[in-house]
Amino acid sequence: MSTTTAETSAPVAGRAAAETPRRRVRRRGERGPLASLASHGVLITASLVAFFPVAWLIFLSLGPGKDDYLHPGRIWHTMTLDNYTFVLQHTGFFDWLRSTLVVVLGTTVIGVVIAATTGYAVSRMRFPGYKKFMWLLLLTQMFPIAVLIVPMYQIMSDLGLIDTYLGLILIYSTTTVPYCAWLLKGYFDTIPFEIDEAGRVDGLNPFGTFLRLILPLARPGLAVAAFYSFLTAFGEVAFASTFMLSDDKYTFAVGLQSFVSEHDAQRNLMAATAVLIAIPVSAFFYLVQKNLVTGLTAGGTKG
Amino acid sequence: MTVAIDRATGKRHGDRAPRPGRTGRLRRAYQKHWYAYAMIAPVAVVLGVLVLYPLVYGLYLTLTDANSLNTARTIGVNHIDATYKFVGLDNYRDILFGPTAYDRFWSHFLWTVVWTAVCVALHYGIGLGLALLLNQRLRGRTFYRLVLVLPWAVPTFVTVFGWRFMLADGGIINAALDALHLPTPLWLEDTFWQRFAAIMVNTWCGVPFMMLSLLGGLQSIDTTLYEAAEMDGASAWQRFRYVTLPGLRSVGSTVVLLGIIWTFNQFAIIFLLFGNTAPDAQILVTWAYRLGFGQQPRDFAQSASYGMLLLAILVVFTSFYRRWLNRNEQQLAI
Repeated sequence: MSTTTAETSAPVAGRAAAETPRRRVRRRGERGPLASLASHGVLITASLVAFFPVAWLIFLSLGPGKDDYLHPGRIWHTMTLDNYTFVLQHTGFFDWLRSTLVVVLGTTVIGVVIAATTGYAVSRMRFPGYKKFMWLLLLTQMFPIAVLIVPMYQIMSDLGLIDTYLGLILIYSTTTVPYCAWLLKGYFDTIPFEIDEAGRVDGLNPFGTFLRLILPLARPGLAVAAFYSFLTAFGEVAFASTFMLSDDKYTFAVGLQSFVSEHDAQRNLMAATAVLIAIPVSAFFYLVQKNLVTGLTAGGTKG
Repeated sequence: MTVAIDRATGKRHGDRAPRPGRTGRLRRAYQKHWYAYAMIAPVAVVLGVLVLYPLVYGLYLTLTDANSLNTARTIGVNHIDATYKFVGLDNYRDILFGPTAYDRFWSHFLWTVVWTAVCVALHYGIGLGLALLLNQRLRGRTFYRLVLVLPWAVPTFVTVFGWRFMLADGGIINAALDALHLPTPLWLEDTFWQRFAAIMVNTWCGVPFMMLSLLGGLQSIDTTLYEAAEMDGASAWQRFRYVTLPGLRSVGSTVVLLGIIWTFNQFAIIFLLFGNTAPDAQILVTWAYRLGFGQQPRDFAQSASYGMLLLAILVVFTSFYRRWLNRNEQQLAI
């Protein structure tokens, strides 16, 4: 969650920073080759540390035996894609994919749609109770899962929503909706007030201003909000593990755990599934991350 | 001489309107805020129904002795009504001061504090170091950035399993340590090493966020400040100490607060890394979960009480943090 700070502060600096450090460093030109080498050394080490566990997982997913993770040497000679074909054909992979998509997309849509007007209201209007409301939004960010999980479990079982997609979507909305409202407020703050005033002058009421002027301008912000709801819902473990009982409704976070039980641990299949899950999500992450920065700097009528 | 005409009402501004009375002002205030309230209504409803109601219900449960044997449940076609009863503050008293309270609560509390402090310090320190390195003009900067973000890009529940394979007895880490003739700890069995491993994995997962946030903060520092400092003869360390660090304060205090909240509430890493095997490495959140859902009978009341205590700790901490920041004339960026 909440790279609010990263994503919103970067663009402000973005344009200036793109040019200034270059000038500054060139003028000073103090960094000797040794310091440069040290920088590269540290960064390369850090990159290896960041990369290795993921690479290792990919490597293990190619080994055919379930205990190959203890004998990585064997994998070199017996490398195979059998794990992947097995996972795709004989496990609940596609069921999990469907459940994950339903839950995640549902959460994302609800989060963004419900939060958008609120983000606008708290960005533009000061009303009695404003501070309390903002404090409430902040407060919900720090709810440990342990606070809501027990009462939610009781309420959901009373309503018969245990083991349903709707139940999980509603639960995820408790985190994503306030968070999205918070994040969108930050984005709306960067859209100049003059646009609202222009709309007001042309006879739009606040809803009209919001719908016709601000919302189209805020598309990158909405994308950020959607993206973070997506990631939050996708990576959630505790509620999904507790509330989804039938194995064709598992989300990936639960399905992946099901490979290791007390009796059997199919670690090779688990690794293959993990890779299959990670590749699209990470690709999406990188794709969006790039668009986010440029989209954020291009927003509004600045410049 | 031009007379402005209000487009909405068609009234001429030059005309003296009757001064609005008290009711008029109220009505105008209502009209003005009506939009705001209508716009926040959806979130307010969601918060009320999905957060406040369960919260109040949870609070009520903590005052009872509810567990999975006496709550309402349906077995087959038979519906069994709830039989739990009101016990007042007994749960809290038992958790905080009851027999073996140290083993059940305080030891986990201490470990949670250590865990949070160490993890956030490591996140911030390593994140700041990498951000400073990435903020230089450097060949391959973008490449490094992309690779370093990887732990954040891959979902945590995936990478934790990768770590589990690596940390397992006989896994790659111990094999490497063995090859170097270093001791090979039982990462996933021995309490100390379990904690060590948990902090290590969480650090690995949490650094990219800090790095990117602080990099954004570094880039927003005005470069003329560095030039001025240099003109005044400041050394590299002094520039870092008196320009960079103050410039990062606003971003830094925000990400530290977020980091503390997230680390304190971190569930997935410890839950997935150890499963049900490590009672002593559980932080309060995972411990509360275990009481409520990881054992039989499920102790709902105690679990909810832990949840309330956790929330109380966080709220108190955050209030003090904000007050402390305000006293130092800093504003939280969130």
